Amino acid sequence: MSINATLLIQIIAFLMLVWLVNKVLWGPISKLMEDRQKRISDGLSAAEKGKHELELAEQKAKEVLKEAKSQAQLILGQAEKRGSEIVEDAKVKATEEADRIKLSAQAELEQEVSRAKEDLRQEVSALVVIGAEKILNKEVDAAVHDEMLQTLVKSI
Amino acid sequence: MGTVEYIQHHLANNTVGEGFWTFNMDTIVISALLGALIVFVSARLGRQLTTGTPRGFQNFVESILDFVSTNVRDAFPGHNPLIAPLALTIFVWVWLMNAMDLIPVDLLPYLYQVITGDSHAHLKVVPTTDLNTPLAMALAVFALILSFNIKHKGIWGYTKMFLFHPFGKFFIPFNIVMTFIEEVSKPLSLGLRLFGNMFAGELVFLLIALIGGTLAVGAAALFWAPLQAVLDLGWLIFHLLVITLQAFIFMVLTIVYLGMASESDH
Repeated sequence: MSINATLLIQIIAFLMLVWLVNKVLWGPISKLMEDRQKRISDGLSAAEKGKHELELAEQKAKEVLKEAKSQAQLILGQAEKRGSEIVEDAKVKATEEADRIKLSAQAELEQEVSRAKEDLRQEVSALVVIGAEKILNKEVDAAVHDEMLQTLVKSI
Repeated sequence: MGTVEYIQHHLANNTVGEGFWTFNMDTIVISALLGALIVFVSARLGRQLTTGTPRGFQNFVESILDFVSTNVRDAFPGHNPLIAPLALTIFVWVWLMNAMDLIPVDLLPYLYQVITGDSHAHLKVVPTTDLNTPLAMALAVFALILSFNIKHKGIWGYTKMFLFHPFGKFFIPFNIVMTFIEEVSKPLSLGLRLFGNMFAGELVFLLIALIGGTLAVGAAALFWAPLQAVLDLGWLIFHLLVITLQAFIFMVLTIVYLGMASESDH
């Protein structure tokens, strides 16, 4: 168990083994582990990015929803206004129509009344003439007394 | 065979050559085979890697790599592409070599003796109980420490560390001695710690193996054999911690020493 030339052989063997281990074991596997680490960190950052994008999308969706709501509110308000306008308009028109109908009915009524009065007047004058004829027992000449009769009719 | 011979036999290497130019063939072959096992297994794994969810063996290997690179990040300032594979190699290789200790002490030597037909053939199965292996790694690390020091501090900066560290400019000779001891003790303690722990562990396994073997004769074996089994299991479980801890310590100290070497100034 003394030191001898085995020492030299073992030094060479050790150095060769270090070289070989670096070549076949450390090199490939540490590269592989680095690759995997990179893949994992890539995946993590992608997930982070995805999460961030999701957040952005959610925020955007919220904004869009809010805008839609306010727009809907606006449209609803406009519609209500428009509706009440239409109703108001219809009311005004209906009132006008009613007034118009009322006026024309009144005019017709007055016309009718005056026509009836006229007719009545005519009839009364005829009755007066007939009555006068009977009182006087004498035919009144309509032509002669026309002027008088007309005055009479007018005074009725 | 007596107790002393048994232990000596087990602690002797299978050698080729004489004097300094002796080669401990068992140490060289077994550690090379374990190294080849690492390369073979990782090359096979390399063909079926997936970036998706790792499963089974890949998951296991990845957790070892994670463990090693966490240690490197904690103990080594800055970045150097050499450190992590170096630490990984030390951890896995040392652990595997230490784990040879967990194989029953007589199994591989016995098989070897049967195969070679020589009943006295030596085979020492744990490469880290041969001082050459831990020391070889420690010296390689030491060479790296020197080159890192020179690279990051410059030759003048490194010399300055010897001159003015730790007691300032009025103790220059003393400083040189202190820093020299500090630097040299790094590879020595690194190698000897591993060697000592594994050697002692192996020795305890051998002693436990003696309980049911040489000590027990005839009917006494009925008592000693179960005791040996219980003790062996206990030491095995404890030793499982020891081999992992020693591999871990060797790795961490390597990282720390290189980290200290690559700090640009004190």
